[in-house]
Amino acid sequence: MKKNVPLAIVLVLGVLFAVQYFVPSRLSQRLYDTTLEWDIIISIPALAIAVDSLVRHHVVRIRQRRKGWGYSWVYLGAAAVMTAIGFSGGISEGGLFMNLFTFALAPMQSTMFAILAFYMTSAAYRAFRARSPEATVLLLSAFVVMLGLIPVGAALWRGLPGLSEWMMQVPNMASKRGITFGIGLGSAATILKIILGLERSWLGGSE
Amino acid sequence: MTMSTDPWVWLAALLSLFIFSYLYKDNPLFKFAEHLFTGLSVGYLIVIYYNNIVRSYLLNPVLADHRWVLLVPFAIGLLYLFRFIPKLSHLMLIPIAITLGIWNGIALPLTIEADIIRQMQGTMINTSMFRNPWDPYTGLAVGILIAVGVICTITYFFFSREHKGALKVSAHIGIWFVMIGFGASFGYTVMARVSLLIGRLQFMFTEWIHLIK
Repeated sequence: MKKNVPLAIVLVLGVLFAVQYFVPSRLSQRLYDTTLEWDIIISIPALAIAVDSLVRHHVVRIRQRRKGWGYSWVYLGAAAVMTAIGFSGGISEGGLFMNLFTFALAPMQSTMFAILAFYMTSAAYRAFRARSPEATVLLLSAFVVMLGLIPVGAALWRGLPGLSEWMMQVPNMASKRGITFGIGLGSAATILKIILGLERSWLGGSE
Repeated sequence: MTMSTDPWVWLAALLSLFIFSYLYKDNPLFKFAEHLFTGLSVGYLIVIYYNNIVRSYLLNPVLADHRWVLLVPFAIGLLYLFRFIPKLSHLMLIPIAITLGIWNGIALPLTIEADIIRQMQGTMINTSMFRNPWDPYTGLAVGILIAVGVICTITYFFFSREHKGALKVSAHIGIWFVMIGFGASFGYTVMARVSLLIGRLQFMFTEWIHLIK
């Protein structure tokens, strides 16, 4: 009973909304809009679980004096301060909350992604050594696309930006399309397994 | 050389330097910035979620428009909190089941249409390709090349049969297409990251230490 009711709900709602897509009526569209609105509201209390999980993890780390526990204070303090500022001062442009976003959060985020350029380059050096014809194709393709995107590429050879664009639009698209096709078949099969109750890992426990 | 007097610019520059310090090795300054970043992100998301979702979808419609019926989905959502009562934690599966059912039902036809039917449509040779068969983007030759590439890529990922004979040849051609695709994606991603790096350095040298004018 504990597991059958959720499985029945998934089956009924899954079939209903799969069929809804093929019913072009105002009633069907209203059902879709209302359900989406309701589902967003249903997910609201889940935020409490997410916050609880994060806070609990760091509180346990501090209590047990695990390695790097001092940084958990930084984490909890930053989350608490940002939340308090947002709730007390509002989120309007030019306020403290948005300034913290613009001058603390956004620069740190773009720097995090920027340093990945160095790690990707060093990883590429190790992975791209032309040890086989396939690895050579990978290397050449990356090289042409990178050179085609910068002015030096066009200065070296005028046709390079065009070749780079063609590689993105033709052979790259062919492989991406093949992969997307496989992902689509896999996703559709997994969705069907969930709706029909064959995939039950989301129920937790041993099932 | 002059430097910025704006404390916000100093904050942004110092935090960027803390993150850059990881390029040398993992160190306390990076760890501080890393935890500050995740903490601020959580605070930011909570506030934005409250403003965009809780207020817009629940508080305003219920308190201002008196749409009391919206308390029903909220009550269903509260079942999530039974997670904290082990004996009744199975009740948490009800809101999960509702969300799973709705989204899987919506996703099934959309996935079939976008990832399968549209991809097949795009791969098929059509009459417009005969108008200018050698056009490098829309011509017949390119159409055939794409069709061959898609079929060979799919056969490379087809593991239900041993890759022998024609399947082996097709899979081998497929891996060449896959390698070109991965290489192109890699090159594109590296350039995006480099562009971010240039952006950060530009900020440091123009707005912080005024080295570039």
